[in-house]
Amino acid sequence: MSVNLKILRYSPKEGKRYDTFEVPYQRWTTVLDALLYVKAYVDHSLALRYSCRMASCGSCGMLINGKPRLACYTKISELNSNEIICEPLPNFPIIRDLATNFDRFFTNHKNMMPYIINEKTDRKMDDIHREFIQKPDEVEKYLQFSYCIKCGLCYAACPTTAMDKEFPGPQALAQMYRYMIDSRDQASRKRLEIIDNRHGIWRCHFAGSCSNVCPKGVDPALGIQLLRSYLLGFSKKGEEKAVLYISSH
Amino acid sequence: MKENREGIKGWLRPYKYGLPRFAYWLQRWTGVGLLVYFIAHVIETSNIVNGKIAWDKMLELTQTTQGHIILTLVIGMCVFHAANGVRLYFAEGGKGLGKAGRPEYPYNPLSLNNKMKACIWVSIALAALAMMYGASILFGE
Repeated sequence: MSVNLKILRYSPKEGKRYDTFEVPYQRWTTVLDALLYVKAYVDHSLALRYSCRMASCGSCGMLINGKPRLACYTKISELNSNEIICEPLPNFPIIRDLATNFDRFFTNHKNMMPYIINEKTDRKMDDIHREFIQKPDEVEKYLQFSYCIKCGLCYAACPTTAMDKEFPGPQALAQMYRYMIDSRDQASRKRLEIIDNRHGIWRCHFAGSCSNVCPKGVDPALGIQLLRSYLLGFSKKGEEKAVLYISSH
Repeated sequence: MKENREGIKGWLRPYKYGLPRFAYWLQRWTGVGLLVYFIAHVIETSNIVNGKIAWDKMLELTQTTQGHIILTLVIGMCVFHAANGVRLYFAEGGKGLGKAGRPEYPYNPLSLNNKMKACIWVSIALAALAMMYGASILFGE
């Protein structure tokens, strides 16, 4: 069996063009396998980013037949097409061919302060071992959102991100919810102030495309709507705080 | 590096991402449509200040087949936009989405649950019914 792999090639000097390669495949061949076949045996100059090959690192995100997917997680056989079109993720600047630049995406993520802020955890005090004890239901509130692998598929699928450069995107907003709802965190108000502006959370119109493409079941749309419910006053963060456990070495 | 932002094409495409994306697309278009109708309506009704003859002339424009088709579409747009808007009002306030939990393969997103999908279909059905009723009144004259 063989399939035509149509790949968008881009270089700053030559601009955009499509190259088509005929690639043999088996029932289990993934799009990443096919791309690596092209790179190994047909055209070494093909540029793409990949690493783990098992949907854990989130490096090989690309537009496959018009939809953002992980190349390592998409089997050719499941696409039911004789032609597979591979393009770089939209809404990310293209470096070359299928490799895109994630600087803005990661900056948005960092702007959300993706870490626990709690006065009681001063990491300079090395002689004291501190940990928070959380109940299972407290963990369940954020666990789903902590599975994000930052592959950028949600960012590529979002119609608001497509229009608004300053919109932080579904990934960043879902991460904001992940830390805001954590019972160890004390900076809810500070966090909400970051996204409560005209290019912030109010620009999400719940198209749900981010959750549709997420390969890890993070469901960013759910996180964003739940986060918004706090801003609108429909929900309140529980008074329950994680218990601090301190022990000397 | 080449900026690869989709721009307006991003929200003009209703397919590939399931029913909620289609509802988003419809919500936007019906919103634009209603805005255009509102402006046209203001222009039309403002003709009343030019006297009865001008007003009757303007009114005649809406009493044509094309005028009735446009009004039928406006009824549909209005009902869908309102009904889906109520769904969005609750969903964007975190209601009807379910509780976050451990994601399990095949990772069906909670936010795109059957309740939400049913509400979208109900909005479409209500709009279709309202259009049929409106058309029967307008064309039955």
